[in-house]
Amino acid sequence: MTPPLMMIKENMAIQQERDLIFCRNRVKEVAGKIGMGLVNQTKLITATSELARNMLIYGGGGIMRLEIITRGKLEGIQLTFEDKGPGIADVDKAMQDGFTTGRTLGMGLPGAKRLVNEFSIQSTPGKGTTVKILKWKNG
Amino acid sequence: MERIPILKMGKFLLVTIQVDLYDRLALNLEEDLIQMVFKTGAKGVLIDISALSIVDSFMGKIIGNIAGMSSIMDAETVVVGMQPAVAITLIELGLPLSGVHTALNVEKGMALLESRMITGQEDDTTADDD
Amino acid sequence: MERDIIDLLRSKKDQVLTLWLQAQDSDTEASSNFNTHDELQAQSSEFVDLLFGSITEHNIQDFTSWELEALTDYVSSLTISRARQGFSPRETATYIFTLKDALLKVLSEQIESDPVKLYHASIQISKFIDNIGILSFETFITGREDIISQQSDEMAELSTPVIRVWNGILAMPIIGTLDSARTQVVMENLLQGIVDTGSSIAILDISGVPAVDSLVAQHLIKTVNATRLMGAECIISGIRPEIAQTVVHLGIDLSQMITKATLESALKYAFNTLQLEVRRVQKEKVNG
Repeated sequence: MTPPLMMIKENMAIQQERDLIFCRNRVKEVAGKIGMGLVNQTKLITATSELARNMLIYGGGGIMRLEIITRGKLEGIQLTFEDKGPGIADVDKAMQDGFTTGRTLGMGLPGAKRLVNEFSIQSTPGKGTTVKILKWKNG
Repeated sequence: MERIPILKMGKFLLVTIQVDLYDRLALNLEEDLIQMVFKTGAKGVLIDISALSIVDSFMGKIIGNIAGMSSIMDAETVVVGMQPAVAITLIELGLPLSGVHTALNVEKGMALLESRMITGQEDDTTADDD
Repeated sequence: MERDIIDLLRSKKDQVLTLWLQAQDSDTEASSNFNTHDELQAQSSEFVDLLFGSITEHNIQDFTSWELEALTDYVSSLTISRARQGFSPRETATYIFTLKDALLKVLSEQIESDPVKLYHASIQISKFIDNIGILSFETFITGREDIISQQSDEMAELSTPVIRVWNGILAMPIIGTLDSARTQVVMENLLQGIVDTGSSIAILDISGVPAVDSLVAQHLIKTVNATRLMGAECIISGIRPEIAQTVVHLGIDLSQMITKATLESALKYAFNTLQLEVRRVQKEKVNG
């Protein structure tokens, strides 16, 4: 009944703009492999793009970890974006639509949250920021 | 440096984006397009994004910028051929791209620009706006 | 100690089976409709064989052991086949639990003399059979859940047809509540329909939607906006008086959308936009 589990767990460095396209493509490829629908795929890679770009602009680049997750009958993709940048002083404020301290629209964090099933953010000023998102195959 | 080609078709400019853009390329496109609008005195800009599998907030911002800048130079911008998945994602992301005209394909986009040139400035309150 | 019990029970296998079958005969009159006596006997005998074939002093304490896989597989398939034959989960559970009665009875006859040993052995046997009962119940529930999720998928597909009413005009009647999962399906189908047919107007008819609250309104606005991004126009039709009332009372702003009371007026609007005209044709004289 349950499809064979694919064990994918890999890290990708995001240090420059071109890495962004590379990691978007990789996420899309893996999402396609587990049978995620086109709309959910697009939502996931858009969220990936937002978070990876944020990391590049505000966190000075970092690492994206890509994992396939299963929980009961659900199968999905979990992405963790980790940077060692300056961190976010006010996470609540950063989660508001249109709030930005840089040259972006301020849609990145709140927008990405709306595109995925689970979203969590942890940030320590001076230490860095970790954003974790999860998108189920069918949701 | 890589550039996206811009075609001049009569009074309009046509840009067909074939590859997923990285940010620098998108910024170049914005710059080039505005220069072209100025040089050619084009009355409309068609941006064909039917090959794009993703439009994120950065790309959305570029499209908005192009529309805004062309508009004050008296040229209208029409985005054509957006994929359904991309449209749904943009709405969920919170970017309805208001102020940008849209059409199903290049042909319909062209027709839209032509009809808007005929109706002129006074008829600027169609359903497409806001 | 455990080895004693299991070997002991194994040596009395035939007695266990006989007792079990007797208990079934007295207990499950209703189910005798479904199974012939022989079938039931064969099934029970296979069950007992498998049970004694795989149980050991170790895995009696550890139901997840791989050694029990053959037994657990058998229990699952037994549950499924019984469910198909119309047995209720209670009947199947009773069937399994009467095996416990048989086992315990044999056990108590064999080790009457040692109450402490009997007590411990009974607890172990009980736990083991309880686990089989739980497994059977779980299998039953999982089967149900599969059916439910399959049906809800089918329902979502069925309930959102896209109809091409005219060249360039699509209509999509929505029946039932519009939640976020449903909205996603509606949007996907509608937008794909627009691409496939090259239509520039889509009519979303909500006369079959029981109520419009702020959440449903939000879903409608999203759909309209997504349609606009594609370069088409979306009209919402089928606004019943009650819906208009609640929308205004709740302070929901639908002013950015084109709304019409009926599908007919939406269609008229669409014809108008496409510069089409519907006219009655004056019939020529038939008898010339």
